[in-house]
This record gives sequence, structure tokens and C-alpha cells, in this order.
Amino acid sequence: MNATDPIMEVTGEDLLKIYENMVKIRMFETREYDLIQTEQEGFAHSYVGEEAIAVGVCSALRKDDYITSTHRGHGHMIAKGGDLKQMYGELYGRVDGYCQGKSGSLHIADFELGVLGANGIVSGGIPIAVGAGYSIQMRKTDQVAVAFFGEGAMNQGLFHEAANMASVFHLPVIFIVEVNHWQCGVRYETVYHDEVINDVSVRAKAYGFPGVKIDGNDVVEVFNTAKKAIAHARSGKGPFMIACYTYRIGTHFMGDIDIRPESEVEEWRKKDPINNLEKRMVRSGLLSGAEIEEIKDKVNAEVEGAIEFARMSPEPEPELALKHVYAKFP
Amino acid sequence: MRTIEFRQAIREAMSEEMRKDPTLFLLGYDVGEYGGEFRVSGDMFKEFGPRRVQDTPISENAEVGLAVGAAITGCKAIVEIPFMDFIPMAMDAIVNQAAKFHYTFAGQRSVPIVIRTAQGGYIRAAEQHSQCFENWFVNVPGLKVVMPSTGYDAKGLLKTAINDPDPVVFIEHKYMYPFKFEVPEEEYSIPLGSADIKREGSDVTIIATSYMVHLTLNVAEKLAKEGISVEVVDPRSLVPLDEEKILDSVKKTNKVVIVHEAHVRGGWGGEMAAVIAEKAFYDLDAPIVRVGAKNAPIPFPKVLEEHVLPSEADIETAIRQVIV
Repeated sequence: MNATDPIMEVTGEDLLKIYENMVKIRMFETREYDLIQTEQEGFAHSYVGEEAIAVGVCSALRKDDYITSTHRGHGHMIAKGGDLKQMYGELYGRVDGYCQGKSGSLHIADFELGVLGANGIVSGGIPIAVGAGYSIQMRKTDQVAVAFFGEGAMNQGLFHEAANMASVFHLPVIFIVEVNHWQCGVRYETVYHDEVINDVSVRAKAYGFPGVKIDGNDVVEVFNTAKKAIAHARSGKGPFMIACYTYRIGTHFMGDIDIRPESEVEEWRKKDPINNLEKRMVRSGLLSGAEIEEIKDKVNAEVEGAIEFARMSPEPEPELALKHVYAKFP
Repeated sequence: MRTIEFRQAIREAMSEEMRKDPTLFLLGYDVGEYGGEFRVSGDMFKEFGPRRVQDTPISENAEVGLAVGAAITGCKAIVEIPFMDFIPMAMDAIVNQAAKFHYTFAGQRSVPIVIRTAQGGYIRAAEQHSQCFENWFVNVPGLKVVMPSTGYDAKGLLKTAINDPDPVVFIEHKYMYPFKFEVPEEEYSIPLGSADIKREGSDVTIIATSYMVHLTLNVAEKLAKEGISVEVVDPRSLVPLDEEKILDSVKKTNKVVIVHEAHVRGGWGGEMAAVIAEKAFYDLDAPIVRVGAKNAPIPFPKVLEEHVLPSEADIETAIRQVIV
């Protein structure tokens, strides 16, 4: 790398935060992979390998900006400032979880951080982000709303309905497509036409707003592109789409069967977004080997502390199951 | 008192609440300049402009999804889905999103939206424009379901629904839009979960919803001449349900007929009958009888539609069946 590496456009402070958040997601998910198969119940979907997208985008957002997330949502939550204790609390189904333990991995949200919910329905969050955009317009603020979703969700009619609405209503909504090559157990080649597969952002053009394809494993490219997209939306120019090409390193859910050839996964491990960032930062003199270890130790302590916290948190009383059905009844 | 059309009562409720709350908006296709497929929004577009009376693409699922997103970020929304038959296109947004948010996220946000839709037949609109699906929504925890039968009720209930923190499915009857009702000009509202006795009687309780209330009142009037005293109870909202007032009537008359336009099989009448059987079984002098659409889609020509949809004759037969 030389002085023209776009990494130089990012401040050292931003980069350190970005790096730390990526490491946090990786460690969170790596520990979760074991925990859910040993001492927790239910299912969780790992964000390992896709960290650059959530962190790159959310690092360019303000706290009062909105995001909608997906079933693979831990990364978005952490990148938007989510508290690991409450996240693990939710994964353990305990009262100190974000949803008091009632909803688990698929439904973590912190509305105070602008996270309008992880969503268990593929494409379900997209129109909700569009609605947040509508509300921004109604309330005349300069917030923006980001919809995260995978390329699998892009084949739902709801994506098309929502993208069209965001466009015709000229809303400050940014569509972030995490093209991770697999929709559950189906290769993306199976469900995308050849003309579209190499750049799914062409679909943005069909709805009349800009779309770009980028390397979703390059957090600097994600961050810089997100900043442009956000500035575009915030200044009233309407929606923007970024198709972030990446790879789902893990299986569909943690502990699922794997039908992918090991060589394919290995190929993508070489493009690991965190390793790549480390190398670039070290090469650019932004980070030393010792500092990397220091950050990893710090994050590891936070993760382990959060797990311990969640383990100690009480299980909910059964009555919680009947609470919150309505805000007001009758 | 002045009389106004059913649709105007609904329009007034929306307009009056929109004047009070700048974050409240109406969306749906045709609600704007065109004035609504059934002319419910009328000239609201002129008063509130294109953003607060928002014409949309024909995208029911995203319309409701948009409303949810706006509602959890500081706005309130009314979505008009002109034919209830189109509501299946929006089921994910209603059932998985709107109905769940407050519960799933442990009360972090509620979803103050109203989904207004027009059910029902009697207008020769055939199989895909005549259906009644209220019981689908009664079956989903998190939703409230309102079915007004008069202009007075529609206005008062809609004002409450708009200000309710939870998602409300507000079911109008398309045949009734031109019907005229007495509606006061003064401000009023009607709480959800409050049934209304539309006619007092002592021999039999008819629990009827929406347009069926009017058919039932006609039958009651006719039977009164024979000395049969029919009490007509309109639940007005199915969720929440005013069980107390309904059961009080049952305990008074000891006989029950439940009338709705939806198909009998799997319809709301089964739920109502079960509640009565569980809570007032020993007050009953006869089996509960249900009246509703026969088990076929709603066909087009009058002669066929009338054969499937409930009629005054069906209601009369049911009453005679229980009072023997």
C-alpha cells in the first residue's frame, strides 16, 4: 500500500473505532457459536466474514439515524453501538436482555440507538426503513434510514415495492445489500440471472436512484461509500443503494449442516475483512502489533464480562409471556 | 340532528384528527386527488396536501410496512386498503410486523396505525372483491379489530382507533358508504370494547356485525308485529370484545343467533358461540345458531350472490329456529 491507499482518507480515530468494532463482532459471534450449541436455546445466525459492512456503514451514521436489520443481525446491532451485556442477555433469554429475554437472536433491537429491530422475515425490515424515511420527511429532520438486507431478500416482492416507494417519495433511505453468496442453502447463482448477479445494484437503477457495487470485505471502501450515500440521502437527493459483495463464512445458522465445498470457504477466508484491515493499518503505520493485541484483549474482556453478566441474569417470570401484547387493553 | 353518509363520517374522523396531529397521515392508492375508490377521503387532499394524504403505488405490503416504520419513529398512519380482498397482499406487514413490534421488543415502541379496509358483498363485485376476513385478524394477538355498523359508530370508533397506541384493523362495509346516518357535529368518540344494543328485546339475542346489523334490525321490526321481541347487539369491536354486555343480553333472553356476512365455517361466529357456551351455557334455552355466508366464494350475478350471502330470510329462519 502507498500514500494513495484510501485508508489515508479515514482519520486514525475513526479507524481504531472501526477496527475495534469489527473485532468485537467477530469475538461476539465466535463465542456465540459455542454458547448456542452448549448452554443457550434456539438459533442464531453468524455475521462472521461480513463485519466490514455493518461497521463501515454504521460508523458513517449518527446515533439518531435509523437502521433496520435482519435475522443475521448481531453485527448491525454492535456496529450501531449495541450493549453486549444486553445482547447476550437476550441470547440467553434472560430478563436483562434487550427484549427482557422474550425474543432472542432474531429480534434484538434498541430503539434508543435507532435500531428498529432485527427482523425474522426476509425483507421485512426494508419497508420499515422506508417508513422511517417517510417519518423523517414528515417531521422535517435531517436523519437518514438504512435498510440492511441480503441479496436473498432482493428477490422478495416487498423489496421491489419498498425500493420503488422510497424512490417515488424521494426518501432519505439507504439500501445496503449484503451479497454473501448464499440464501440459506441456495447459491446465489441459482436465483439470479447472469446479467444481474455480478452487480445486483443495477436494480436500483430500475427504480431511478443510484446504486453502486463495492467490495464488502473492504471496510474502508464501505465506510467511504457509505459516507457518500448518507450525504446524498441527508441532503434530500433521495435513496441510494450499495451492493456490498462479501461471503457468509459460517453456515446459515450456527450449527447448521454445510453443503459448501471447503475450498470455496477457504478462498474467502483469505479475503478476511479484519485481517486485511489489520495488515493495512500496520503497513500504514496506524497500528502496531502490540496495539492490536491490546485491542483484542480489551474486547475479549468485554465479551467475556458480558457473557458472565448474561449467565447471572435471572430467567423471566412466566407471566412475561403475556405482557406487551398490547400497549393498551382494552 | 344532521344526517351524513357513512363515508363522510369516516372522512370527518380522519380530518378532525389530522387537524389536531401534524404527524398523522393517510396513505393508500387513490386516496389523493381522486378522493378514494369509494370516495371516503373525498377532498381531504385539498386540505392536507399530497404528503399527508399520500397516494401510493399499488403495493399493499409496503404500504403497511411503511406505516409501521413511520409509526415507530414518531408518526401515526392510516392505511386505506380499499377492498379487504387485497389485504392478503399485506399480511406479512400486518401479522408479522405491526402486530408483533410492541410484544417482540418488550414495549420499546408501540405501533399506532389504523388499517382501514372495506369488506363485504351485495354489490355484484364477484369472488375477489366481496370477502370478509375479520376473523383472520381476531386470531392474531397484538391486533385490534373494529367493525362499525353506523356512521355515528364509525366516526366515534375511528377517532379512538387513530389515537390508540396499537395497530387497529378497521373494517368498513363498502355497500354502506352511501347510507345516511345521524351524526352530531360536536366532538365525540366511542371507546373500543364497548358493544351497543341497537334494539332492545326480550325473546332472543341477535349478535350482528357491520351491515348485518341493518338486515337484523329489519327482521326484528317485522317479527315485532308478530309479538316476537328481538334484541340486537352490535359488538362494534371484536378485539377488544365487550363480553359483559353481550353475555348480559344472553342471560336476559336465553337464546342466541350470531349473524355475520363472513363464511360461517371458521368465522368469528364460532368464536362468539364458544365464548357464550363457556360462560353462559346454563343460561341457554336453545342451541346457538350461526348465520353467515354459505361455503362458496361470492359469485357475481344477483341470483347467485344472494344465494351465498346471508339474507333477511336466513336471519328470520334462524330466529324462528331458536324461539320455538
